[in-house]
Amino acid sequence: MAYSVTIQTPASRIAALLGIVVIVVLIALPFFAGRSTIQDMFFILTMLVLAQFWNLLAGYSGLVSIGQQALVGIGAYALFGAVILWGVDPVPAILFAGIAALVIAVPTAFFAFRLNGAYFAIGTWVIAEVVRLLVAQWKTLGGGTGTSLPRDATRDMWFVDLIKETLDVRSAAARDILAYWLALVLALVTIGCIYWLLRTRRGLALAAVRDNTQAAESVGVDAGRMKWIVFLSSAFGTGLAGGLIYMQKARISPDAAFSVTDWTAYVIFIVVIGGIGTIEGPILGVLVFFALQSLLADFGSWYLMTLGVLAIAIMLVAPRGLWGLVSERTGLHLFPIRRRLSGGRLKLEEK
Amino acid sequence: MIWIDTIIQGILLGGLYALFASGLSLVFGIMRLVNLAHGDLIVMGAYLILVLVTLLGISPFIAVLIAMPLMFVFGYVLQKHLLNRTLGDDILPPLLVTFGLSIALQNALLEGFSADSQRLPTNALTTASLDIGPITLGVMPLLTFGSAVLVIVGLNQLFYRTELGRAFRATSDDAITASLMGIKPANIFATATGIALVIVTIAALYLGLRANFDPNIGPARLIYAFEAVIIGGLGSLWGTLLGGVIIGVAQTLGAAINPEWQILSGHIAFLLVLLIRPRGLFPRASD
Repeated sequence: MAYSVTIQTPASRIAALLGIVVIVVLIALPFFAGRSTIQDMFFILTMLVLAQFWNLLAGYSGLVSIGQQALVGIGAYALFGAVILWGVDPVPAILFAGIAALVIAVPTAFFAFRLNGAYFAIGTWVIAEVVRLLVAQWKTLGGGTGTSLPRDATRDMWFVDLIKETLDVRSAAARDILAYWLALVLALVTIGCIYWLLRTRRGLALAAVRDNTQAAESVGVDAGRMKWIVFLSSAFGTGLAGGLIYMQKARISPDAAFSVTDWTAYVIFIVVIGGIGTIEGPILGVLVFFALQSLLADFGSWYLMTLGVLAIAIMLVAPRGLWGLVSERTGLHLFPIRRRLSGGRLKLEEK
Repeated sequence: MIWIDTIIQGILLGGLYALFASGLSLVFGIMRLVNLAHGDLIVMGAYLILVLVTLLGISPFIAVLIAMPLMFVFGYVLQKHLLNRTLGDDILPPLLVTFGLSIALQNALLEGFSADSQRLPTNALTTASLDIGPITLGVMPLLTFGSAVLVIVGLNQLFYRTELGRAFRATSDDAITASLMGIKPANIFATATGIALVIVTIAALYLGLRANFDPNIGPARLIYAFEAVIIGGLGSLWGTLLGGVIIGVAQTLGAAINPEWQILSGHIAFLLVLLIRPRGLFPRASD
């Protein structure tokens, strides 16, 4: 009798079916939901993308970055640059956002990889500051005060007319729906790609590097190369998300686009609260984060204080986050990556 | 002449950055803990001094003497009951806990003191200046630099001349073996953070006397401190002073060319050092 290695579990099969239902509902959402729901969902989905990529860095590769705002900001500015200076349509300009983030990530990695462990974190932060200060000097894009997307560029954006006619909405709402659908695609592709990566040999190598770099290298894993791959791919994704977020906002300033609170602190809290090192964690985390924000946003600084204290408490009491608690209790894995051996008994008489 | 003046101002400013950095360097040296809330602790120290000055109507220089033991106790308790629980092989818990602490502290200060910028009251001494030949030096920057040198001399004496310093070095080298010799690493770590916060309080005094501060400026102070530590080389306190001076000179030179370049040129000096000497100017033998 043959042995087989399986990764799927019954729970993951049910989850996959439920996932398809959820995806269909999410795609159809603009047909029955109001504009504020669409905007909230856009926020949730884009934060989810940022959280998944930060989690890929910190949770799977041990690269704790506090400089994600550099990638969001440069992506956003690349989009504005492409639209304002070259007259590119905002939708394809999102690709420029990803590419710009990738370009910035190469020197960032070159410098930051020289710093070990904890110092890597502050190193990425310094580089983010450098990028912010440099961009603030860019006078054609508004310098320190920022700028807006030109009105005709947002009006003639790809697909907007189509959405306007099909759903019978005004063009501002149509732009939000377009941004929402793009965010949905980005989030699904992000989760799909990360899950795929973790299930491949590379994913196994990544887990090995995280758990013990020396041991992984001794069995032939090129740890340095893995770090580069993960850092660059998450930079690309973070840049795309940055471009998309600011395409929807249509207004940019260096302080907002390079905000450490918005693009790194929130993202870290989402991952830590939800559960670091799992795909389910950021999904759960972003929902909790959104609920907390809806409840506490009026309290201003109390809200951030609560998030900070909550993150400390979770790190001390349940370092695997809320999802960690759930999966410890129930053994549930919606995105299983563990390889399990199954099959019959050992048959010694077989030749 | 103006260039010499600019460079001297930069060197003196470096004293302030070295004060920011010494506490960070001390804590990292002993327990490999990078405290991301370090900058916010400096700002908290400045507010503590401000509160004492306002409540008791005393000079900031007296208030700092009261603030120092309070901050020591705060640091001791913080390390013993919170940060010690995060230490281990995994770098995630200390980083994420101190990051959470940084955000919580920043917003607690915002809630308590609003976002308005504050300044410690100055007197004749703090605005006085000395004329040395053609160059005019402020008494305040000189005092700051002198304090930085004193703090570093004091820390070196503490490290290499006292029993506590021996315990620090032993725990830093090998906490388990040190604990076999009757040292309690948990208490040693707590004492080290306490001392780091005493230095933070001194740094806070000069921060508040020299310029305005508000609850949001902590992270930038952390970054300057970090740059000074890395330029100097991990574990070298005199290197940290030199690192502070390099950042300070780069900033004043940048500002002399274009005021918008002040902060940027400090960061670029840091990146250049990282490019040429990745382990800093005076690296320790290991880590």
